[in-house]
Amino acid sequence: MDLISESGSAILTSFGLTLRLAFFSGIFSLLLGVVLATFRVSPVPVLRWVGAAVVYTLRNTPLTLVMFFTLFGLSYQLGVSFDKELLYRNNFWLAVLALSVYTSTFVCEVLRSGINTVPLGQAEAARAIGLTFTQNLRLIVLPQALRSVINPLASVLIAMTKNTTVAVTIGVTTATFVNEASGQMKALMERNSDQILLIFIIFAAGFMILTLPIGFIAGWASKRFAVIR
Amino acid sequence: MSASVLYDAPGPRGKALNLVYSAVALAALAWVAWIVYSKFDSTGQWEADKWTPFLESQTWENFLIPGLIGTLSAFAVGAVLAVAFGFVFAVGRLSQSRFISVPSAVVVEFFRAIPMLLLMMFIYFMQQPLGLDTSVFWAVVLGLMLYNGSVLAEVIRAGVNALPKGQSEAGVAIGLSPGQVMRTILLPQAVRAMLPAIIAQLVVLLKDTALGYILAYSELLNQINKLDGNFDNLIPAALVVALIYIALNTILGLVANFVEARTRRVGHTAGPVGHAEDPNVQTATAAGMPGGNA
Repeated sequence: MDLISESGSAILTSFGLTLRLAFFSGIFSLLLGVVLATFRVSPVPVLRWVGAAVVYTLRNTPLTLVMFFTLFGLSYQLGVSFDKELLYRNNFWLAVLALSVYTSTFVCEVLRSGINTVPLGQAEAARAIGLTFTQNLRLIVLPQALRSVINPLASVLIAMTKNTTVAVTIGVTTATFVNEASGQMKALMERNSDQILLIFIIFAAGFMILTLPIGFIAGWASKRFAVIR
Repeated sequence: MSASVLYDAPGPRGKALNLVYSAVALAALAWVAWIVYSKFDSTGQWEADKWTPFLESQTWENFLIPGLIGTLSAFAVGAVLAVAFGFVFAVGRLSQSRFISVPSAVVVEFFRAIPMLLLMMFIYFMQQPLGLDTSVFWAVVLGLMLYNGSVLAEVIRAGVNALPKGQSEAGVAIGLSPGQVMRTILLPQAVRAMLPAIIAQLVVLLKDTALGYILAYSELLNQINKLDGNFDNLIPAALVVALIYIALNTILGLVANFVEARTRRVGHTAGPVGHAEDPNVQTATAAGMPGGNA
C-alpha cells in the first residue's frame, strides 16, 4: 500500500480536477444544448441550418480532434485565451470549451427527441391562445420535454464525465501540475510498473464513484418529475 | 410532433421578421467566419504552400493513406471483435443460469462505466508485465472491443427483449431447447431489428479510434503532427483529417439509414426496428449510446 501513502493525495487532487472539468462542462453543455435545440426547431430557416450543420459536424468529429482544434486552432492560431499568464488555467477552460461544445450536440439531439414526446395538443393549445414561438417553447414545450428526457440526459452527462479523460490531449493540470485522472493514471503506471492492476482498479473505482450518483439521481428525478398524462 | 407545430405559418409580418432574423444570423455567421479567416490569414494559414502538399500523390502515399490504414485497420478489427463480444455477453446476460447471467452483467456494466481511454492505457501498460510485446495497436483495438462490445451487448439484449413473448414461447412449445430458441428464433430477429443501432455504434467506434492518438498509435490524427513536421501546416492538415473523419462517418451513417429503411420495408423481424438515434435505444444502452466517447 505504498502507492496509497505516496500518491493518494495526488490521485484525489486529479479526481478533483476531473470533477471540476465535468461540472463546468456539464453546465455549459446543457445551456448550449438548449440553445442548439432551439435553433433546430426555430421558425428561422438560417438558424435551423446552422444548428443542423453544427450538430452534424461535431457529432462526426472525434472529441480528440475537437480538443486538438481548441488548443492548436483556437488558442495558438486565433489567440483565444482564458488566461494570458497562467497556462494551466487557460488549458483547463479550453478543455471545458471543447467538452461543452462537443457534448452540447448530444444534449441538443436528446432534447429534440424529448420535444417529440410532447403531445401535439400542447403546442396547438399554446398557439391557440396566441403564444409566440419563444413563449410556446419556454413555457409549454421545453419544460415538458426536459422532464421526459432526464434519463437520456443523464446518460449524456455520464458519457461526458468519462470523456473528461480525453482532456489529456491538451494537458490539463492543477496549479501544482497534477494531471487530470487519465494523465495521472498514465504517469503512475509509468512509474510503478509492478502495480498496474491496482492503479487501474483505483481509477476505475474513482470514475464509478463520479458517475454512479448521476445515474441514481436521474433515476429518482425522472420519477419525481415525470409528466403525468 | 414536428417542429412546425411550435409556431403558426408566418403571415406577412412574420415573414418579414424571419427575414430580418435570417439576415442578422447570416451577418453574425459572416462576422465569425471573417474573424477566423483573417486571423488564419495573418498567421499565414491560407498560404498556398501549406495546402498544395494535399494535391500531390506523395503526401497521400506517405502520410494520409498510412494514417487512414491505421485508423481503418483498428476500426475493422475492433468492430469485428466488438460485435463478437456483444453477442457473447448479450446471450450470456440473457442466460437462464444465474452463474452465467450475473458475471456477464458485471462484465458489461463494468466496461461501460470506465472511460475507454483508461482501458486502452491499462491494456497498453499491462502487456509487458504479462510477458507480451507491447503493441499499441492491440491496446487500442482491445479497448475498443471491451467498451463498444459491452454497449453492443446491451443493444442486442434490448433487441431480444423487445421481441413479442410469443416468439420464444412458440419455440419452446415446438420442443426447442433454450439455446436453440435463442440461436434460431430470437437472435436473428433481434439483430435485424437492431442493425441500424448496431451500425450507429460502429460510428462511435470509428470516432474512438482517434483515442489512439493519445497513445501515439499511428492513425489519422498522428499524421497531422507528421504533416506539420514536413510542411509546417498544422491547421490545414487538421482540417483535411477532420473532413476525412466526417466523410467516413457519413458513409457509415448512410449505410445505417439504408439498412433501417430496408428492414422496415422487408421486415423479417417481429420486433420494433431500432433507429440509429432512437431515444429508447439510448435509454436501453444507458451510458453508452450518446457519443460514447471521442
